[in-house]
Formats: sequence, C-alpha cells, structure tokens
Amino acid sequence: MTLFPLLDTLFPAGHDASVTRQVIAGTAHTAIGPVALLGTVDAAAISHDIALRLASQVLDLVDQHPGRPLIFLVDTQGQALARAQELLCLNGSLAHLARCVDLARRRGHVTLGLITGEAVSGGFLSFGLMADRVYALQSAQVRVMDLKAMARVTKIPHERLVALAASSPTFAPGAENYHRMGAIEALWDTPSSELLEQALAQLRASQPGGDNRLQQGRLRGGRQEAAAIVAAVLAA
Amino acid sequence: MNLPQPSPPSRGPSFYEATARQRVNRLLDAQSFAEFLPPQSAHSSPHLALLDLPGALDDGVVIGSGTLGGKPVQIIAQEGQFLGGAVGEMHGAKIVGLLQRAIRDKPLAVLFLVDSGGVRLHEANAGLIALSEIMRAVLDTRAAGIPVFALIGGMCGAFGGMGIVSRLCSAILMSEQGRLALSGPEVIETVAGVEEFDSRDRALVWRVTGGKHRYLMGDCVALVEDDVEDFRQTIITLLAQWQENPPEPHALRAEQERLTQRCQQFSGMRDGLEVWAALGVPNPQQIPLLERDALVTLRQGLSL
Repeated sequence: MTLFPLLDTLFPAGHDASVTRQVIAGTAHTAIGPVALLGTVDAAAISHDIALRLASQVLDLVDQHPGRPLIFLVDTQGQALARAQELLCLNGSLAHLARCVDLARRRGHVTLGLITGEAVSGGFLSFGLMADRVYALQSAQVRVMDLKAMARVTKIPHERLVALAASSPTFAPGAENYHRMGAIEALWDTPSSELLEQALAQLRASQPGGDNRLQQGRLRGGRQEAAAIVAAVLAA
Repeated sequence: MNLPQPSPPSRGPSFYEATARQRVNRLLDAQSFAEFLPPQSAHSSPHLALLDLPGALDDGVVIGSGTLGGKPVQIIAQEGQFLGGAVGEMHGAKIVGLLQRAIRDKPLAVLFLVDSGGVRLHEANAGLIALSEIMRAVLDTRAAGIPVFALIGGMCGAFGGMGIVSRLCSAILMSEQGRLALSGPEVIETVAGVEEFDSRDRALVWRVTGGKHRYLMGDCVALVEDDVEDFRQTIITLLAQWQENPPEPHALRAEQERLTQRCQQFSGMRDGLEVWAALGVPNPQQIPLLERDALVTLRQGLSL
C-alpha cells in the first residue's frame, strides 16, 4: 500500500502530510486530537541528511507542540552505505536522532511506530525501534539481512537456515518473528482508523517510557533467555 | 573538550591485544572486580548450539562491579575474540541487566569496553532487538545521573548498532587503533564496490574510522595510548571532573547545529586527509605518523 492511500485510510478526519526528499512531515486529526506524522518513504537509506531532518522535526515538535503524540511511519532499507557518510560518523547522526526521540518521550510525547514497508538494521534502530510501541502492516519486511546473505557470511548452508527458521524466530527475516520476540506489538492485516485509534488509546493509558519488550518476548515465547538473564543480573 | 595530559607514557599491556577479562582486571583497582553471572554459573547460547557452533559460557561479554581509584563503578567488557564481540540474545541481556542494575545501585559510572561488530548474525533478530534495548538502557542510565563511558580500542572496534550505542554514551575514549563507524568497510565494499571503499586498504580504513580521525572531529573526547594503564588514568581524570547533565532540548539543539554545520563544511569529502586539510591541519599526510601527545597538542591548536 502506498503512503497516501494508507494515510487517507488511517486518518479519515484529514491530514496534511507531505514528502520532501523521502522524508514525511505533517499533522493528522484523530479522536484524541492532532498527532504529528514523520518518517520516510521508498525504503529510504538513512543518511546524515535524513537523520538530521527527522531529528529537527522531533525537536521542533517538543518545542512547539508539547505532548503531541508522534506517529513514526517506517520504511527504510537501513543506513546509507557510503564512505563519505562514514567519514562524518554516520553512527553519530543516527545516535542523535535516537536521543531526540528519547527526549520527546521523557517530555511526555507518546510515540507509535508503524512499519509501512521495510525496517532494516541501523535505520530501524535509530528511529522506528525507538518508539514506545511498534506496529507493522502485514506486508512489512523486517530484517537485519536476508537468509541468502546470512548463509554466505555465516557459512551455514542456506537450506539449513531455511529449515531452522521454521521453528526459531531468532534469526530469519519477518515481522511475525519480531512480534514473537516482543519488538512489534501487532501486525495489521487491514489497516484502519479504528486500529490506529485503539493503539493510540492503549499507549496513552499504559505507562509510556517503560521498555516492555523483554517481558513481551518472554510471554509470546519468542525470547526465552533474555528476561531471565536480566533478572539474574539484578539478583547477582 | 581537551583533557589534562595524563602522566608520561609508560607503555603497559596493549589494550588492543588483551582479552576482555584482562582489560577489566587491569583497568579496575587490583582485586576489586566482582563478576556478575561468571562462566561457572552460566550456560552458553542455545541459538548457537542449534547451528552446531561452539558457544561461550559468558556469551562474549563480561559484566560486574569494582572500584576505580577507590570509587565504585560497574563495567561491561565485550570479548572481540568471540564471534567478533557481536550482540546476541544472552550477550545483549547481560548488558541490559548491568545497566538496569547500575540505575538501582548508583555506581559513580558505568565503563563500557566496546569491542564489537554489532548484531550477531546467527541471532540477527534477537541481536537487533537487544541493541535497541541497550540503546534505551544507556539513555535511562544517563537520565538517572550515572555517566556511561565507552572505551574503544579493541580489534573489532565499534560498528553497527554498537557504533550507535557508543555515540549514545556520555563520552567516548579511543586509542589510535580503535575504530568507530556504522557499516564496516567490508559491507560497503560488498554492496557498493571496491572503488567506494577498499576494505583491504588499512591506512584508508583508519583515516575514515580510526581513533585519530574521530578525535580530530570531536566524536571522541580523548585519544589515549594503546595501553590499559593509559585508559585507566584517562578515565580517572575524566571522572573526577564529570558532570552528567539530564537530556535537555537546548543541548540537543546545539548538537543538531554542530552536526548540520559539519555535513555542510565537509560535504563531498571521502578521505580523512581532505577533512584534516579543511580543519586547518598544516600537513595532513603527517597525521597517521604522529604520536598521541603530538596529535593532542595539534588539536588544541585548531579552532574547533
């Protein structure tokens, strides 16, 4: 589903979203009032420029619209792969974006991520995964690396990885695996304004700020080790 | 920020070559380290076992508490010699647990000895989610008033999600041998070609990602010798004067301005040599040859 039909579906009361060089900006109307829309389109490769434009939007919202909910529309193939980007410390600009989202959360903005296309590695870490809760369209592609590339790098036969992926959510691409492991709240088969309003209401009613992914991953059976290890460290 | 010079170099054991445990034991006050979840009380990663790969009882990361110059600290040290220090489910959970514990126990600081290529591909999803949890936990620790210092000087550097985590820390200390970036040169070469980044050109790799370049650019706060004792003395000096500030809009605005300006100033450049020349370094080609002290003096003379 392309961006604008999706936004028209999610926000029947209206929105003014626009896209400039792959970055989304805008405001939408919902039952709980205005919400800010920001994110990327066309599987953007996150560069310094994109990270800094997203960060600037977040800082402006914290200044100008205290407490307004932020909706992150996630579609990224990962970070930009170029020497010029690394020369200027691309990890630093992505960290800056993550810190801006963190600031917004601490200042009382709830943050909701929706994966509309792809969600990959560094681009996903610095923005979408920083949201309080992340949802995904059923068609979303979430991964670190596809299984063929993974087979090449790890020198484990591709067929073996495919077979193991059927029983383990730990390494194979797929939004469903991230749901089982606690990082995605729910997959939306048919996106609707009701689903979005419900997700926003739940988020506002819960205790935003807390990272609940360890517990969710354990409850859903996708991450059996992590929560127990954190508890063991606290008890050691 | 420029730090006072630590005592004259008395080359001790190489940080680069040491194991995680050796680094921890030599960095902290003698006999002060107490490990949490030591190997004898742990089990190795079931995800690696599923792939018939040998595990490690500490899953490639050492965590615990100790003292530094008599002050209580907590510490995380990744083992670059085990699967490139990469983050899997258990490895990541140990780090998150240590950071949560730091918020509760209130040590003077957390020292994070980063030596990692990022996500452990054998546990890719678990690793990515764990890195996200580590990012949040580092920011929570800092917001609780406890500084987190990244120490980078191991053979795997700080790449991928660990490069992001490092830049979320209060400050970074690097040796010349340390490397800090997002994508590794091999990844860029594989995807974009050898003309874009020749990963076998070691001098180029260090001019783009190495400790001296990051120090000249202000991405790390101190450049230290490849010597555990020098890391120790520098962190003691830094800690004595450190004030951990809560996250504030004005500080992030200033950082936004700094990052935006430098993207404009160095736009289109692809080699440290070009950047150093633009910074006003008189003989940029001499930078890789300079001793640490000479480089620190040179940077103090630049208007950064």
